[in-house]
Amino acid sequence: MSVLILGATSPIARAVCHEYAADGHSVYLAARDVEEAERIAADVAIRFDVDAVGGPFDALDFDNHGEFVANVETAVGPITVALIAFGDMGDQHASEEDFASAKRVIDVNYTGAASVCEAIADAMLERGAGSIIGISSVAGERGRKSNYFYGSAKGAFTLYLQGLRNRLFEQGIHVMTVKLGFVDTRMTFGMETAIPVATPQQAAQAIVHAQERGENELYYPRFWKGIMGVIKAIPEGLFKRLSL
Amino acid sequence: MWAQKKISGWGRYPVVEADCIRPERRSELLAAFEDRGDEPLLAYGLGRSYGDAALLDGGRVVMTRRLDRMLEFDPESGWLRCEAGVSLEQIIHTFLPKGFFPPVVPGTQFVTVGGAIGCNIHGKNHHVDGCFGDHVRSMEILTGKGDIVECSRDVEPELFWATIGGMGLTGLILSVEVQLYRVANPYIEMETVRCENLDEFFVVSEESADFSHTVTWIDCAKRGAGMGRGIMMRGGHAKAGTQHEDGAVMELADHVMRMIDGRPFESNLWLNSATISIFNEVYFRKTPPGTHRTVVGYEPFFFPLDAVNNWNYIYGDRGFLQYQMVVPDNEATREIIDQISASGMGSFLAVIKDFGELDHGGLSFPMKGTTLALDFPNLGTPLLDLMNRLDDVVMSCGGRVYLGKDARLSEANFKTMYPEWEKWKDIRDKWDPDGVFQSDLGRRLGLS
Ligand SMILES: Cc1cc2nc3c(=O)[nH]c(=O)nc-3n(C[C@H](O)[C@H](O)[C@H](O)COP(=O)(O)OP(=O)(O)OC[C@H]3O[C@@H](n4cnc5c(N)ncnc54)[C@H](O)[C@@H]3O)c2cc1C
Ligand SMILES: NC(=O)c1ccc[n+]([C@@H]2O[C@H](COP(=O)([O-])OP(=O)(O)OC[C@H]3O[C@@H](n4cnc5c(N)ncnc54)[C@H](OP(=O)(O)O)[C@@H]3O)[C@@H](O)[C@H]2O)c1
Repeated sequence: MSVLILGATSPIARAVCHEYAADGHSVYLAARDVEEAERIAADVAIRFDVDAVGGPFDALDFDNHGEFVANVETAVGPITVALIAFGDMGDQHASEEDFASAKRVIDVNYTGAASVCEAIADAMLERGAGSIIGISSVAGERGRKSNYFYGSAKGAFTLYLQGLRNRLFEQGIHVMTVKLGFVDTRMTFGMETAIPVATPQQAAQAIVHAQERGENELYYPRFWKGIMGVIKAIPEGLFKRLSL
Repeated sequence: MWAQKKISGWGRYPVVEADCIRPERRSELLAAFEDRGDEPLLAYGLGRSYGDAALLDGGRVVMTRRLDRMLEFDPESGWLRCEAGVSLEQIIHTFLPKGFFPPVVPGTQFVTVGGAIGCNIHGKNHHVDGCFGDHVRSMEILTGKGDIVECSRDVEPELFWATIGGMGLTGLILSVEVQLYRVANPYIEMETVRCENLDEFFVVSEESADFSHTVTWIDCAKRGAGMGRGIMMRGGHAKAGTQHEDGAVMELADHVMRMIDGRPFESNLWLNSATISIFNEVYFRKTPPGTHRTVVGYEPFFFPLDAVNNWNYIYGDRGFLQYQMVVPDNEATREIIDQISASGMGSFLAVIKDFGELDHGGLSFPMKGTTLALDFPNLGTPLLDLMNRLDDVVMSCGGRVYLGKDARLSEANFKTMYPEWEKWKDIRDKWDPDGVFQSDLGRRLGLS
């Protein structure tokens, strides 16, 4: 079995990779930062005695996503599981000042993600098997002034995955949407919050477990489902006055 | 991203505020170095040094724990090249199933390789194998000038020497080549020997020099004829084919213990002279007199305290201090235990061991002699006074105090205990003329 990890340099992605490698699966680690992807691949090979390959991937390089998937399959064989972990929070303020910046956030989190998912789906369709895991965010559940470019792109990705799941279900391909809350990464390091933050390892275990059980959707940490239920229930007339 | 955080060592004293960053990858660390501004900088591993070795009040602190890639391993020779944030726990987890073990481990597996070199840690096998640094072949160091320097015993040997036991003050270790050694299984064959007093300990310790690993729990509360009584554990990695009798039971016990956390028990009241005497009495009595052989897992042998997460919280929010010294003189050891037991301030976590000949020099701690390590609840001035009096005994015979456990040693006492400090400082100043790398410990001891 071969697992493709896109955005492999993210600590969450790396932790997911460890889970699959610990079960003996080969992994292809793709990232913009190829040097780091190769270091992570070396690490995985040493820790788990599996084949691990690092290679370049840019979500914005739309024209080459099909070729990229073909290259991966040449290197490690048919992709059985693909994790779409890359993402970019961007800078909301910069996005408001300059739309080019907003567009990049939209393109990385949505357009690029959808583009590469299509290429992966095409490859999996030929075999009628496979599993696609898309990492989205609870930020995609309701638009807020503090991060609505990122949020809307993740929200679009969530809807995209829903549609893709609907389309691929009959072909035997599993699509899972992961809606992450706070995970202890660069993003949360400086944050003072009363809400518990999951470790990348905890998130990874939950993700792999849910994928293996064929779940459609995973909130992690799980209590975020409740939090988002409340947030989504707030009437818009009130919500627009809040700073959440 | 830099973030203001309150940080402390394992003793939770002192607590300081620093601008911290936790790079997720090497390139992020290098970018953080460029981005540090005029503030001094220090590496913080897993914060298992007790006092202020990994602290830098008001400065910039780089938390290295996520820089944990293993880069190369040769299964023939056991050489591992890895980033400095890899922990010994990760190394054991990865390599014990393949039949390898780290060269030296301290009393906890939750230390980074960078920290193991920064404090040049010693283990139960010091008398045979020396310190962690003795098993390191090369290092890649980010120096204060911003250069990345590869060093070894042949290339830039001074930087290599000064960084081993250099308390993070010579630069930031990026990656390391360290030797792992073959073991047949995860078990330890060991003997427990009850020693009725300190004289008996010295005799048993000498007789035990052929065991690769020795350590003795010692009752520092007992006075009179039984002063210095204790239980020695001596043994080594088990031979192939050794069976572990109570494997399942121990595993279960271990599992249950791992779920216990010290934090809910945080209180300044748990540890007082009464509870400590009772604990020591019970512990001593549970081991019958004489010598007993057993086979145990490596964890209860090497890392008994790791079974309880955050056990450091039971000392309460005042925190605690450890006094660890080494003296080349049995009478000095007796005098020190005498003073501690008379003070009634010590706690139940006390160990004693004889070090071997291997001596790295510089700021490294181990030297030929007897080392005693003892935790004290932070009782303030009376405790600091006691420690100063203990320093006098230590200095009177040419001994020293372990910087990795220290939060209070004076500059003058330090300079007496570590006669090579000037040689070390000249090298460090050559590599870091502007004092980019600093720590609170370094400032206190006149090293920054
Ligand atoms: C329960 C317990 C038992 C212990 N038993 C022993 C023992 O038996 N023997 C022993 O020797 N020690 C022992 N120690 C102390 C511990 O092993 C050392 O303090 C060790 O250095 C801790 O590693 P760390 O990764 O937590 O480092 P930290 O405590 O975070 O840092 C220690 C020092 O290393 C420096 N450092 C860390 N990483 C780097 C890096 N990448 N580059 C440059 N400098 C760096 C820091 O600046 C600091 O000066 C024990 C500690 C505990 C809590
Ligand atoms: N951390 C959280 O609390 C949290 C919460 C909700 C959702 N998420 C989502 O979880 C995923 C992982 O997040 P993380 O916190 O681990 O973040 P991270 O460390 O910032 O990882 C994001 C990764 O995306 C990659 N990336 C960025 N732009 C890219 C591009 N154009 N092409 C290809 N790759 C690109 C980066 O790789 P390179 O550096 O190699 O370019 C980086 O490794 C992201 O999708 C994020 O949105 C995280």
